[in-house]
Amino acid sequence: MGSTSSTLLKIPNVEVLMQETGFSPAHIIRLHDRFKALDKEGRGHLCPQDFGAIKELAMNPIGDRIIGAFFSPGKETVDFHTFVKILAHFRPVDKDRPKEPNSPEPINSRSNKLKFAFQLYDQDKDGKISRDELLKVLRSMLGMQVTEEQLESIADRTIQEADLDRDEAISFEEFRKSLEKVNIDHKMSIRFLR
Amino acid sequence: MAFLQQFALLLALLIIFSTSCKTAMLEVDSAEVGLNYSLKSSAIENISTSTNDSTGGHGSSTITTLPIVIWKWHHVETPYLVALWILTCWLCKLVAELNHNITSVIPESGLLIMMGFILGGIVWGADKAQTFKLIPVNFFYYLLPQIVLDASYCMPNKLFFSNLGAILVHAVIGTCWNAGTVGIALWGCYEGGAMGNLNIGLLQFLLFGALMSAVDPVAVIAVFEEVHVNEVLYILVFGESLLNDGVTVVLYNVFDAFVSLGGPKINAAEIIKGIISFFVVSFGGSFLGVVFAVLISMLTRVTKNVQVIEAGFIIVLGYLSYLTAEMLSLSAILSITFCGVCCQKYITANMDEKSVTTLRYVLKVMANGSETMIFVFLGLSAIDQNIWVWNTGFILLTILFIVIFRFMGVFFLNWLLNQSRLIPIDLTDQFVMGYGGLRGAVAYGLAASLDEKKIPEKNLMLGTTLIVVYFTVILQGITMKPLVQWLKVKKATKSDLTLNGKMNNRVFEHVLTAMEDICGRMGDNWWTRHWNYFEDKYVCWLLMTSDARKHKDPIFGVFHKLNLEDAKKYVNEGESKGSLAFIRNYDNASVDFKKQLALEYADIMPDIMNDMSEYDFGIDNVPVTSVMKNPLPSVSLNVHELDRKSMLNDLSAHHLLDQHLYKSRRDNRPTYSRSHYNTSENPDEMQEIFQRTMRSRLESFKSAKMGVNPAKKLSKHPKKDSTHKPNGKPADPHRTHPYGDEDFEFSADSASSSEIAGHFPRRNTNAPGAGVDNPTANNMAVAPSQTAQGRLPWTPTNLRHLAPLRMSTRSTDSFAMADASVDDEAPEEKSGSHHTRL
Repeated sequence: MGSTSSTLLKIPNVEVLMQETGFSPAHIIRLHDRFKALDKEGRGHLCPQDFGAIKELAMNPIGDRIIGAFFSPGKETVDFHTFVKILAHFRPVDKDRPKEPNSPEPINSRSNKLKFAFQLYDQDKDGKISRDELLKVLRSMLGMQVTEEQLESIADRTIQEADLDRDEAISFEEFRKSLEKVNIDHKMSIRFLR
Repeated sequence: MAFLQQFALLLALLIIFSTSCKTAMLEVDSAEVGLNYSLKSSAIENISTSTNDSTGGHGSSTITTLPIVIWKWHHVETPYLVALWILTCWLCKLVAELNHNITSVIPESGLLIMMGFILGGIVWGADKAQTFKLIPVNFFYYLLPQIVLDASYCMPNKLFFSNLGAILVHAVIGTCWNAGTVGIALWGCYEGGAMGNLNIGLLQFLLFGALMSAVDPVAVIAVFEEVHVNEVLYILVFGESLLNDGVTVVLYNVFDAFVSLGGPKINAAEIIKGIISFFVVSFGGSFLGVVFAVLISMLTRVTKNVQVIEAGFIIVLGYLSYLTAEMLSLSAILSITFCGVCCQKYITANMDEKSVTTLRYVLKVMANGSETMIFVFLGLSAIDQNIWVWNTGFILLTILFIVIFRFMGVFFLNWLLNQSRLIPIDLTDQFVMGYGGLRGAVAYGLAASLDEKKIPEKNLMLGTTLIVVYFTVILQGITMKPLVQWLKVKKATKSDLTLNGKMNNRVFEHVLTAMEDICGRMGDNWWTRHWNYFEDKYVCWLLMTSDARKHKDPIFGVFHKLNLEDAKKYVNEGESKGSLAFIRNYDNASVDFKKQLALEYADIMPDIMNDMSEYDFGIDNVPVTSVMKNPLPSVSLNVHELDRKSMLNDLSAHHLLDQHLYKSRRDNRPTYSRSHYNTSENPDEMQEIFQRTMRSRLESFKSAKMGVNPAKKLSKHPKKDSTHKPNGKPADPHRTHPYGDEDFEFSADSASSSEIAGHFPRRNTNAPGAGVDNPTANNMAVAPSQTAQGRLPWTPTNLRHLAPLRMSTRSTDSFAMADASVDDEAPEEKSGSHHTRL
């Protein structure tokens, strides 16, 4: 326990962080260790290159986008707080915890999880998934298996499925609607973050 | 009327049934009482028939004159009885399904058992003994395999494997727990004197406990399919019952061996051997199943040329996997289960779609058929005074214990599982799981195959098993539905197949694995991904045809399926109006549309109305439609008049067909072939169709370019339009058209198609002339303009789904129609498409 509290003490504002993310001290420490391991040069923050060094992540077809999601626009680095907050999206929703009426929406709520997914598509941050943006994602995921034409028509069709206001793009609202029946809590949660 | 119908059916049933009874009675005279006649009857019967053969069928050797016809009952007796019984049982199902008010209360399985009682009563009344009963050999070799194969082949694969851990825990540990506790508790009660004087020892009780722990997939599926519980609960119950059978049989065999070994000889070494044998048998069986799955998948890679029997291979090999496991004394049920589950994905990809459908249906027919027979015979077997040894204490205590220990086991194991599950199984689900422990034919089959020499009280056990089966299937079956409703168990949400869902699923998977990588932990997704990688690289290479590999991507698969659905819908829509001929009625439909629009929006948008008239003019310019110009007034509510109109259209269509149809169509070759389906296309014809389609498509481009939106009838889908929900999935008529290309792409036999398809325009909602903008965005009667616009210019394109799929010859006809007077050439088309794209 001694080492636990001492590690926790080293992290500034750890109380606030735990409050916001809902992580237990054990999780915070584990993540902190991981953070330090990733931060090879010990600068106290991570650069995109640090993420790029994770071998499996390089194999991930949408790895770049996911790495990009850690960095808020214009920033080249991510500190521990942001790192944990991003990961907190994937904490399973805890049903037991009593809901305080006036507490802010937790990071791991359904709509926040969806927002995270949405911004993976919406690279230009205009609040809409355009056809091109969708096409890019599809292309990286489907890879060589389909031809470009097929890809395009899949993209068209996907947009049409979701597009309610016929503006040839998927807004967040439409995105959420299209996934209404999907169990997001299940699909965007990682078990060991519980 | 309904009553008469039911009565007639019952009468027919009785007649058929009495025939089979009578024929049986002929036999009973010569054979000893209690002979096991049964379906696909076994050797015993053949012996008994052969005694009669000398006087019956083979009497022809001593004839004095040439007989014209002879009565050869003994030649056909066995197969005849089998067939009659199959027919009788299926008719029972028919009768049971007649009234839906009854089936909604009592599950079908329960009804079938009751029918079995009645039939058994009749047989007993006629013979004074039960001549027919379900004997274990028939059950395990002829009735069970197809049920298990069907269940495993149709298993939702992904769900099964992602819950495999929980299923295994329940199936293995749960079953052992049930077997042990029920056996020991019954023994304790027996020692305590609750059952009077019986000749049963602890080992026999354990054996009985083992056979009682078989949760029957047949009964479970039959009940759960009607209640539609949520999919996780379903897969847990279903998967458990399937695997649990395998485990039960293994346990049963182990205990059976212990019983025949005798109490004193059992020492620690034997028990350890028993445990080892348990694992070897179950894992060996599963492994054998996987081996067969690999074999099947590899075989389907090369069966392209024998498509007709392709589906048969899977059934035969599946059955062989069952028999092979039985031969090696491994678990046959586990073997065929894993065979079905594992090969499913690959054979579906490898085989032709037709074969996949065939396989699915054949399996369903076989499985449902034998399921029906099993239930009827379960009921039938009860009417036999020989098996009934009544012991109230034993029977009641058995029922009590199997229910109690089932619940205890389920709750405890779920509590354990919930410690690490992402989505815990909630309490109501657990309750339903416990309650869903229906015992069925497997328990009965095992009880019936007990050896009377080793277990003196066999009949008591058999009778008790039957009572437990009736209790669980009928009583629990009836109460299951109200219980599920009362507990408000989460029902299955019917999710539509959408590209969005599929694509986002994929994204989520990638995101989760990425997050796990970033956290540096190996989670569930790590395994999934590595399996996927391995599968991609090696398994698919080994088991799939190269063609199938290209198209195996699930997103792509969904896309393909959606297109197929659209095509079907399109045909249905057309046929609900009589025929696809409505495609030719652009012009009058558009007038229709205009008029209706005028009524609705005249005051709002006068200028649009003006535009519309221009469009009309445009339509008339389009040769496609002008050929088909309808002389009658367009708006008409009179049905007969409409009919007349369509007749006229048909007439002109025939005329056109005569003139323009490709010649080869006419000289129909003989259409029947034993080994091939009748797909009478030849390359020339395909080429012709292709060219014509291209031209007609160009025509539609032109019309789109000119801003013509020949509207179709407004009220074509009144219901759909009115249910146009905000998320507007089904009511989106747009979704068909731009993708017409894709299906065509797959089967396109012309190289040029891809080139053209690339330029095929996207939706041009915003094109200036493209029709009325939706005047009232939120209006329910939505955008008739959009509906029309979405559909019409593209009709020929829409239809092209159908061309390569050969769903309707009509569709190709209309291509021909569409370009009746067009003689443009293909190159122009591209330019046209560019325009529309703008």
